[in-house]
Amino acid sequence: MHTAFSAILDALPERKSPLMERFWSLLEPKGPAQLETMARESQQLTRRNFGKTMRMFAPLYVSNECINNCSYCGFSRDNTAILRVTLTIEQVIKEAQHLAGQGFRNILLVAGEHPRFVSDGYLEECISALREWVPTIGIEVGPMEAPEYSQMVEAGCEGLVVYQETYDRVLYDKMHTAGPKKDFDWRLACPERGYAGGFRRIGIGALFGLSDWRMEALRLAAHLEFLYKQCWKAQFTVAFPRLRPAAGGFKPLTDFHDASLVQTLCAFRLCFPEVGIVLSTREPAALRDALAPLGVTAMSAGSHTEPGGYTGVGTDDLHQTVKGRRVELQDAEPGRQKAEGQFGIADERTPTEVSAMLRARGLDPVWKDWDPAILQSTLTLTAP
Amino acid sequence: MQNAALTIAGRQIRSRLMLGTGKFASGELMRDAIVASGTEIVTVALRRADLTGKGDPFANILDFIPKEVLLLPNTSGAMNAEEAVRLARLAVAAGLPNWVKLEIHPDPRYLLPDPIETLKAAEVLVKEGFIVLPYINADPVLARRLQDVGTATVMPLGSPIGSHQGITTRKQIEIIIAQATVPVVVDAGIGAPSHAAEAFEMGADAVLVNTAIAVASDPVRMGIAFKQAVEAGRAAYEMGIGHQSDEASATSPLTTFLYQS
Repeated sequence: MHTAFSAILDALPERKSPLMERFWSLLEPKGPAQLETMARESQQLTRRNFGKTMRMFAPLYVSNECINNCSYCGFSRDNTAILRVTLTIEQVIKEAQHLAGQGFRNILLVAGEHPRFVSDGYLEECISALREWVPTIGIEVGPMEAPEYSQMVEAGCEGLVVYQETYDRVLYDKMHTAGPKKDFDWRLACPERGYAGGFRRIGIGALFGLSDWRMEALRLAAHLEFLYKQCWKAQFTVAFPRLRPAAGGFKPLTDFHDASLVQTLCAFRLCFPEVGIVLSTREPAALRDALAPLGVTAMSAGSHTEPGGYTGVGTDDLHQTVKGRRVELQDAEPGRQKAEGQFGIADERTPTEVSAMLRARGLDPVWKDWDPAILQSTLTLTAP
Repeated sequence: MQNAALTIAGRQIRSRLMLGTGKFASGELMRDAIVASGTEIVTVALRRADLTGKGDPFANILDFIPKEVLLLPNTSGAMNAEEAVRLARLAVAAGLPNWVKLEIHPDPRYLLPDPIETLKAAEVLVKEGFIVLPYINADPVLARRLQDVGTATVMPLGSPIGSHQGITTRKQIEIIIAQATVPVVVDAGIGAPSHAAEAFEMGADAVLVNTAIAVASDPVRMGIAFKQAVEAGRAAYEMGIGHQSDEASATSPLTTFLYQS
């Protein structure tokens, strides 16, 4: 599937819509007073559109197997030394039960891209196993075709997260050295395929620290503007994750300081008052506390980025993967090792601690914001 | 003298202010604002409530709604008639009232209601015995179609939800009020007490307010402010307000010659 956004993207920054002109001007260098004004306006718009609330969610990593090589990611296939595992359905249930016990009613299933391990039907099985008691289920996994996305939606999934990583074509090519992820346009069209497949909540984003942050933000914003027109029934979220230390030891190529993050966040809010803005635990506690009232609408808490990280399941099946084949550990020490995480977490507070922080800032943590019964499609418009 | 009571589907309601329950900083604040505002009807998004009957402490919004007020479940989150009908049935199955605020807004950006799906859902729900209060754009023909179907009210929007723009659809709402055979509730966009008063001076039967109270620095005090504005606006309407005119009254009468002999 080709996306009409390609042409718009390639014309940036020379050709911009009126909204993108405004966005671009908001990204120009600002003094402290100007940034403060932007932050105040952002806060006000957020309260008006989202109220004094914060949606809570948790990622649940089900597999760290991956067929791709992404220079910045710990799961890259060439990181053959790392310990890998794909959780069984029972183990996924155990992890989800742990999260539900902490309060989470919104769980994002995350997996690397590997058809041999995260194979046909596996994700549907995970979703089906959770759908009865987890109101909101999303996925952040390898890109699919629209009919495959439909199967996910039918299984009970409602949210799709797919980040372009970088909208800089040249850099994208350099960063993604092997695997299906190399195809920039295939990934770019992902949100549209997800929408065609029936997803209602679609999250997009870029990884900051790769390309120039202003250009990255502009391209991401232009994508959002495009998607709002194309996929008018979908709810969108954006995220601005910054590179974190990960296996492979990749170092950021560009700076994206706190002030730039704040400016980006506020610029998005000012241009897209209705967009959800997601902030993960990859940012440190003090910064998360400061950003929470500024425009963020969804937060994770207490996250683990390694499969089995919440309950310790899966440690009995750890192995290495070399050239797509499983290699047993020579010196296995059961119970003492764990699977590799995608990246290091900076805010290690528990969900209880984070929700107490939110309440102290006058924000109500919202755990349940969806009812899966809405989607049960067996009903006809006649009386039962 | 008290303002006249409002009757919706045979139920007498003294307060003409309805409240939404989203966007509050806490359940406790929401409850206090509800009490202070004197409202008798509050609407709750079913997607935020626990409908399993298991008393989920992480989805306990219903616990903060005082027992005396009528709970009006709403179908927010539904994108089409089918989903809205399903949610309404679910609410009744969960022991909630068979009143439903029918809202179907497939466009999550402006939350503008889908007229076609709303009408379809209203037909089904009315047949099934629900008391249906549909949230609609300020479309006089749609309002009549819904009346014909048998909805208990019509709820035209003043401006998009949460926009605080006031009654930007004034001319259309005036037509709806003039034609209405059921109570007209102005819903959405009411950002200030003056907007609420304006709705009543126009002849609206009730208003529904959420964001303006929920995100106020003091929701309790803002609840009281809206209560007062609602009462003032309604009282003025009942007494009759002098007509506005763009011109001064002619000082030299134009037709007295008829009576001069």
